[in-house]
Amino acid sequence: MNHDNNPIWVIADQENCKLLPVTPQLVGQARLLADVLATSVEVVLLGEGIDTHTEKIFAAGADRIYVGDHPDLAMYHPEVYTDVIVKLTLEHHPQIMLMGSTSMGRELAPLVAARLETGLTAHCIDLRINQKGILEQKIPAYGGEITIVCPERRPQMATVAQGVFPSPSPEGGRGGEIVSIQGPFLPSDRIQTLELVMEEPDGIPLDTASCVIAGGAGAGDLQGWNQIVELAAILNAGLGCTRPAVDEGWAELDTMIGQSGKMVNPETYLGIGLSGEQQHMVGVTGANVMIAINSDKKSPVFEQVDVGIVDDCRDFVPVLLEKIRKYKEQQTSCQ
Amino acid sequence: MLKIVVCVKAVPDPKLACDLKIDPVTKTLLRCDVPMVLNSLDKHALEAALQIKAENGAYICVLSMGPPEAGSIVKECMALGADKGILLSDPCFGGADAYATAYTLATGVQKIGDVDAVLCGMASSDGATEWVGPEMAVMLGMPVVTRVREIIVGNDESWEVKSALENGYRRMRVRLPALLTVTRDLNAPRALSFSGIIKARKKVITQWRLDDLGVSAETVGIKGSPTIVTEMCAVDNARRVTFLEGTREEKAEQLLQKLIEGGLL
Ligand SMILES: Cc1cc2nc3c(=O)[nH]c(=O)nc-3n(C[C@H](O)[C@H](O)[C@H](O)COP(=O)(O)OP(=O)(O)OC[C@H]3O[C@@H](n4cnc5c(N)ncnc54)[C@H](O)[C@@H]3O)c2cc1C
Ligand SMILES: Cc1cc2nc3c(=O)[nH]c(=O)nc-3n(C[C@H](O)[C@H](O)[C@H](O)COP(=O)(O)OP(=O)(O)OC[C@H]3O[C@@H](n4cnc5c(N)ncnc54)[C@H](O)[C@@H]3O)c2cc1C
Repeated sequence: MNHDNNPIWVIADQENCKLLPVTPQLVGQARLLADVLATSVEVVLLGEGIDTHTEKIFAAGADRIYVGDHPDLAMYHPEVYTDVIVKLTLEHHPQIMLMGSTSMGRELAPLVAARLETGLTAHCIDLRINQKGILEQKIPAYGGEITIVCPERRPQMATVAQGVFPSPSPEGGRGGEIVSIQGPFLPSDRIQTLELVMEEPDGIPLDTASCVIAGGAGAGDLQGWNQIVELAAILNAGLGCTRPAVDEGWAELDTMIGQSGKMVNPETYLGIGLSGEQQHMVGVTGANVMIAINSDKKSPVFEQVDVGIVDDCRDFVPVLLEKIRKYKEQQTSCQ
Repeated sequence: MLKIVVCVKAVPDPKLACDLKIDPVTKTLLRCDVPMVLNSLDKHALEAALQIKAENGAYICVLSMGPPEAGSIVKECMALGADKGILLSDPCFGGADAYATAYTLATGVQKIGDVDAVLCGMASSDGATEWVGPEMAVMLGMPVVTRVREIIVGNDESWEVKSALENGYRRMRVRLPALLTVTRDLNAPRALSFSGIIKARKKVITQWRLDDLGVSAETVGIKGSPTIVTEMCAVDNARRVTFLEGTREEKAEQLLQKLIEGGLL
């Protein structure tokens, strides 16, 4: 089959009836890819009471939205959602399918890919169309960037984290076609959600923080880590980390910055005891000032920052904390 | 008795992984000089199986696909208490993407037969796609729950589990046979004991090759992989660094000034 004109799909991601920002971001990028291929952008939107999102999705660049608005689809269910998407795919043959690297996408994407017997690239940081019209999927690896393609099987599938692509400025008045997806939907009782529990996140949310501090393996132990926690608190900064900090149990996986974690775009970034590994650094974009503290003057992190401090963070951070405290005291006593 | 398969991957030691380079010709990993270790999350998967065995009784079979050297991590799992260790190893299996890996492992699980549960790590430390578990589940026709942070074993028909979400969790019931991928919050893996190592010495690893799995060479390894790596390039995010100079006190003072200028204080 000639896939050249087949559409590009984005699977929309909504939580509690709120459309996640990753969806318009992916639609915006899909629009750019579709213009290169001279094809259309189509979105699959599943949930209940979600028709209010269609305007935003069209404005981001979609031509058509398949809307499954139904009580059976109200909450993400891996088997039901997979089944709906697989059936639609087999009917309409998209050449590309994009999903967010979200709680849902990270589980749904491999389920759909396996059912469709196609390839799936994880946590891409860029997507382009090459001269043959094939999707080039870029991921960071080994200090550089590698390109993965899925040359034969379709759709070409990829997941992308929130914040990798910019939120498109909405094109007002842009409309499109709405196609409603009819049930019945797969009755699935192999998996049941008994309860959904939301827990309060602690600290400043990383995605919106104007200052982000990231701690790494160099913290050494929990005590060293806690100094970094304290620094983030006193500076009102979002606290992120590298993989080893999660592995050591100092920090939650949700706070890992990088390719397979969160993307952040603070004004100020301060990396402490981390080596500037590509997989981490791709998670930081657009910072005005990048600062690093590392005991090794030759660490690659110093090639990627504006301000460098060569010192043992376990000794330096307490001194810095003390200075900040003094400064804050002075400020309050002046007022 | 429950039969549990734990999938374990041999990964390049993460502490040395920065030495890894891609082979420009084959475009697969050149990993010969970095020692292979048991993927960290897979220890948690094995620990979960060992705890179920201790409480309810279970037969634990460890399954790994990899080069012959990966036998050492299978042995390690046997020393930790697994009853059987199987290594899927064949030159044809090399260069597999997540799909081909999942397919080969799923074939292994089918050959083991009558499996009640398959446990995987949420992600490996090298490829880190998170795809292998869910893709295997589809191929095995099993339901899957990813990111499991607590297992409350029920009866032989269904388990109750908690699956981590960003800022929360889902409490779910899943019918057996099922596949779970686990996070490090699930448990604290036990350490190797001396007696375990001695006992494991006598255990043998079963090795299955392509012929043993009875699948075609077209469906495994690089040939069975829908995705391929086509190129690698260096990335330039260079900035010109200014080092703060002086004593620790002086450096801290200069940084404080920078933070004040940046409006952070
Ligand atoms: C597919 C894939 C995806 C990945 N995704 C991510 C991701 O999303 N996010 C992520 O973070 N990682 C990710 N990783 C892991 C990543 O490759 C690195 O291993 C990780 O970022 C390194 O963390 P680090 O810099 O803290 O540790 P290291 O690389 O070990 O660096 C520690 C640094 O601390 C310095 N140091 C040591 N002691 C001190 C001290 N006392 N004071 C000051 N400095 C000190 C050292 O000089 C060194 O530079 C991924 C890996 C893979 C393969
Ligand atoms: C930097 C990098 C990026 C890659 N990106 C992609 C990509 O985007 N898409 C893609 O299809 N492939 C990709 N690959 C290839 C992929 O990593 C390998 O195919 C690998 O065999 C399986 O995937 P994983 O390591 O990502 O496993 P994950 O899915 O992250 O592993 C989860 C769990 O599956 C089990 N498991 C995984 N592999 C094995 C094994 N060999 N034996 C036993 N159990 C196992 C373990 O329990 C493990 O904890 C990438 C590889 C690298 C090095």
